[in-house]
Amino acid sequence: MNTAAGQPNLVAMIGFFVFIAASLGITWVAAKRTKNTKDFYTAGGTVTALQNGLALAGDYMSAASFLGIAGLVALSGFDGLIYSIGFLVGWPVVLCLIAEPLRNLGRYTFADVVAFRLRQRPVRVASAFGGLAVIAFYLIAQMVGAGNLIRLLFGLPYETAVVIVGCVMLAYVLFGGMLATTWVQIVKAVLLMSGAGLLALLVLARYSFNPLALFADAAARFGPAVLAPGKLVSDPIDAISLGIALMFGTAGLPHILMRFYTVPDARTARVSVAYATAAIGLFYLFTFILGFGAMVIVGQDAIRAIDAGGNMAAPLLAEAVGGQAFLGFIAAVAFATILAVVAGLTLAGAAALSHDIWVNVVRDGHADGGEQLLVARASTVLLAIVSIGLGIVFKGQNVAYMVGLAFAIAASANFPALLLSMFWKPFTTAGAVASIVVGTATALVLIYLSPVIQMDMLKQPAALFPLRNPGIVSIPLSFVVGIVVSLLAPEAAAAQKFAATERQLHLGEEV
Amino acid sequence: MNVSKHSQASNHAALESLAVARWRIAIALTAAMTAIYVVFILLIAYGKAFLGTVIVPGLSVGIALGVLVILSALALILIYVRWANTHYDHRVASIRDGRAR
Repeated sequence: MNTAAGQPNLVAMIGFFVFIAASLGITWVAAKRTKNTKDFYTAGGTVTALQNGLALAGDYMSAASFLGIAGLVALSGFDGLIYSIGFLVGWPVVLCLIAEPLRNLGRYTFADVVAFRLRQRPVRVASAFGGLAVIAFYLIAQMVGAGNLIRLLFGLPYETAVVIVGCVMLAYVLFGGMLATTWVQIVKAVLLMSGAGLLALLVLARYSFNPLALFADAAARFGPAVLAPGKLVSDPIDAISLGIALMFGTAGLPHILMRFYTVPDARTARVSVAYATAAIGLFYLFTFILGFGAMVIVGQDAIRAIDAGGNMAAPLLAEAVGGQAFLGFIAAVAFATILAVVAGLTLAGAAALSHDIWVNVVRDGHADGGEQLLVARASTVLLAIVSIGLGIVFKGQNVAYMVGLAFAIAASANFPALLLSMFWKPFTTAGAVASIVVGTATALVLIYLSPVIQMDMLKQPAALFPLRNPGIVSIPLSFVVGIVVSLLAPEAAAAQKFAATERQLHLGEEV
Repeated sequence: MNVSKHSQASNHAALESLAVARWRIAIALTAAMTAIYVVFILLIAYGKAFLGTVIVPGLSVGIALGVLVILSALALILIYVRWANTHYDHRVASIRDGRAR
């Protein structure tokens, strides 16, 4: 099949520049309204439920979900759907356990909540460490994905693409703060949903709008095995380990948690999760259609010929059903997708560095507004440079694996401490620090000892740790360490403040 | 003074019972989601033939269950939002009013 993917495409270029121009316009408007630290981190706390729902969806649906899952389904059928489902089941956990208490207890970062009734300095240092570890791995995945994607879509060199993404993202966050980031995420979510929805409709139009006819056609051409589980899940313990990391990792992702501070109250936070889940769920249902559509309309061999991992399945499908113009549109949407996620990550990282480390640890809470904003912006520049550097250094790394890593650390480092600090009275400062440090370290060490690093990357004959994902060990261990350390050395001050914590958790800040 | 002490105590009791109620529903819904997802994964690992069974042309048990897992996540979220919007918010408001008085 002849394809224009990988060659400069006029519509893609126009779409790309229109999106950048529009988003910089948004940034310009947002910059004029970003006057203090609260504006910078939380858009002044004035985002509505629908806006925050779309922005959460925009923050969460990365290029990995759009291109990666469509490609996996196109190449391996049912197995690809396992990922779609895994990425959705974390949202009820976020809603029930995290969203509202977080909104009521914190201001800018999730460390605000963990440190609420504990000693500030140790808890903030540990939380910032856990948060930044998650952000670093997530950023690497996005930057590497961006470099590859833009090279494939537009024919630009990898390094150039990484630098462009870093600079455009820096402009959003540096000048427009959370307000610009939120709107970039909303625009991206709407573009992604409508692009994927239109593509699904064009595919279904060939099957008189009956998805079952599409699936039956796929089974007829590529064998009934495409509708059944295949080789992807061979070890059930490993699958459950990945599953719980995805489930509880969502509730520990700093850039997702930070979004709950942008809304005025707990009720808005709650309703925004419902909007986000509806949008993300609908999107993952589209991926069923896109994946099988690419399988039958483009063909597995043609998809593999462009990219062995299948990442170009959705763009190729767009070209097959809508011509070059539609290919260009989908390419521009994919680019917007990466920019929005990178911007959200950078802002969360800047908040950890400036609000947690600088303001509350170095300056002991005594930094005036001007200084806080200055440090936040300096941190943003620093993180942008670091992320461009990481993107170039880690060229060629497996993107899905890096994302899995970020989820495993988020679930083991951040989630247990966050949950215990809000709901378990005897929790102590030492317990929180131990839980975060042990969770992060266990996740990192077990990943290093896993078959992925030892056998696939270092070419060793065997791996010390049998599982590909550490979640099933590191998450319970982090809980146990937090609980045992707290029980060994009780902290009276922390327990005394539990009643006040519980009050604010439910009632919000007292006026 | 006695009256205000009494209302403070009942206020505290109301908050405690609200905390227990919210905690209970949050745990129940999280456990339900975990159970649904783990069963789905176990079926993928051990019930490959069952999930591959075709119900009608184009629809295998696996695809049908996959869609159901996605819909169940949405359903659990709607259950919580409904409970919180109708019960939780009212009780929070009455505890707040009780203190203001």
